[in-house]
Amino acid sequence: MNGRARWTATSPRLRPPPVLLAILFSTLVGGALVLVSGHNPLRAYAEIVEGSLSLDSLPDTLNWATPLVGMTLVAAIPLRGGMLNLGGDGQLVIGGLIGALLPLVLPGPGALVSIAALAAAAFGAGLYATLAAWGEARHGVPMLISSLLLSYPAVGVTSYLARFPFRDGATGLPQTAMVPTEARLHALSGALSAGSLLIAAIAVAAVFVDRRTVAGYELRMRGKNPRFAGYGGVRLERQAIGTMFASGAIAGLVGAIVVLGSQFRFIDGALLTPAYTWSGLMAALLVRGEPAGAILAGLFFAALQTGGFAMQRETSVPRVLTLVLQAIVILFLAMRQGVGRRSP
Amino acid sequence: MSVIFTPFLFQSAMQAITPILLASLAGVLCGRVGVFNLALEGQMLVGAFAAIVGSYFTHSALGGVAAAMAGAVAFSLVLAYGATVFRGDPVVIGIGMNLLASGLTAYLLRGTFGVSGAFSDPGIVGLGRIAIPPLIGVPVLGWAFGRQSALTWVAWALTALVSVVLFKTPVGLRLRGVGEEPDAAETLGVDIARYRVVTVLVAGALTGLAGAQLSLGAVSVFAEDMSAGRGWIAVVAVMLGRNNPLYVAAACVLFGFADALSINLQSQGLPNQLTDISPYLATLAALVISHRRRTRAPRPPAEVAAASASPAPVATGGSTLDADRGSRFRAD
Repeated sequence: MNGRARWTATSPRLRPPPVLLAILFSTLVGGALVLVSGHNPLRAYAEIVEGSLSLDSLPDTLNWATPLVGMTLVAAIPLRGGMLNLGGDGQLVIGGLIGALLPLVLPGPGALVSIAALAAAAFGAGLYATLAAWGEARHGVPMLISSLLLSYPAVGVTSYLARFPFRDGATGLPQTAMVPTEARLHALSGALSAGSLLIAAIAVAAVFVDRRTVAGYELRMRGKNPRFAGYGGVRLERQAIGTMFASGAIAGLVGAIVVLGSQFRFIDGALLTPAYTWSGLMAALLVRGEPAGAILAGLFFAALQTGGFAMQRETSVPRVLTLVLQAIVILFLAMRQGVGRRSP
Repeated sequence: MSVIFTPFLFQSAMQAITPILLASLAGVLCGRVGVFNLALEGQMLVGAFAAIVGSYFTHSALGGVAAAMAGAVAFSLVLAYGATVFRGDPVVIGIGMNLLASGLTAYLLRGTFGVSGAFSDPGIVGLGRIAIPPLIGVPVLGWAFGRQSALTWVAWALTALVSVVLFKTPVGLRLRGVGEEPDAAETLGVDIARYRVVTVLVAGALTGLAGAQLSLGAVSVFAEDMSAGRGWIAVVAVMLGRNNPLYVAAACVLFGFADALSINLQSQGLPNQLTDISPYLATLAALVISHRRRTRAPRPPAEVAAASASPAPVATGGSTLDADRGSRFRAD
């Protein structure tokens, strides 16, 4: 065991970056999978690149990246402190539902209404996320499990609310009524909407907090060694609750942005089917929560998934292949990082 | 009360328990050798898919079950080697495996059968239920076991078997040693890595059975992501039962009844969006109650801060590792 650790630790500069190796490995395995299912892997990959990075498709990629990068931050922020928030789905739908319902009842000028809806969505989802942190601090229930389990009731209850009490009578579909036009988030130009700018601003803020503030430093310290952080004066319970609030609030914001910026109503299931939460989690795991890297990884996965649509359209290779590719990248990295880790 | 506690409730509860119990036993085995298994959800899903493939192509339920076990064992190689020989973080590997299972089964569903969403076909032979006429009329026990698939019986037999093997045999002693005192076990000549790999693979076979029960048990169908959180509930059952098969089985019974109750409430007119969440609420409540009892012991204030990051240091044996692993995940 020790021999292996020493062997990999000798010449760090000669090693190729593990992330690139992981991407290469997953491309090969995914290619083999495509080949076995009777398609041409090179054509499939060409369609992914063409369908995500060409000038025509870049707006689509950015559009897809808005919620995905948001959910990447949702996972990355707690991960930076060694915590995992697996409840992004629940926080996302809570934010989405609040964002869809408030504009229906709030009077006032449109811009103010949408700002109030976004703020309320962030606050509500943030509060819900702190439940898991509070459960760990007060009752010792592991957050990894409780955050995930709390997601199911949130999804169930919001689904019920959208299907029964707040169902749109006009269409009869499981969705809420349309948000008034004035309260919607405007498209600035092409794919750029106010929502994309908001997520970009949050991303910049996350990097800034991580690198330049005391809170960011304390969170990183916790990620490296929570006991040391505790002895150094970090109030761990308060920090966990604050971190989860920030994480959940961003998830709620993402939900409200999707609702107010592109769907204009809460459609049951529509926020969950793209699986932003899990892609975001994988992007964050890819770089172990470092915010700038996580944002890049989120953009990369957004491009991969957007290209997946083109691939499915052009070559009939199912686009769920992109999920397989992402998972293989994570598994490969998890094992490689393990190899380099010194034994305790 | 008699409206709720019907024979049907016991029957559907027992049916709901089977896959969770099988997966939990797999989690117990892994936990006992010190490998925290978060991948139960994905392993079950792979098992469920392989069961359908096996049953479809061999036209026999047994072929389906064999394929489920083989598929889940093959998939478990990732955890078996990743978390031991390659020393990857089991939490990350578990999450990665769950997503891989979700993507891979959806991809193969389209590739093999050309459909998306769900697949069922008259060619798939289900497990069928074994009816035991003299038992059916017996209250409670007969209601529960009177008409169940063979895998339900297998699950309960395995619960007893795993208990006996773990606590009454030399192999079990070594297994527990590998998890609790790896250094001591190694000194005594136990090949830790080999024990871990083999145990994780055996556990993989159990998750395959769990998957087969899902897709071939009640109705013969495979649906994308049909494990629907059951693997996570099994993870919680393992935590609650502190890696002891009998306690874990008790936790599974609790969740099974919560699940059956939700079906029952649904048939009384409550919308299923609300009733579906009852197993998760029961799980959360059980977690809070059990951890509260465990952490109630007074501790000096300096330690409370540290404990909040890694709770339940007072727990005994294998569960210490689980709780530690579960709550904290090393960022580097």
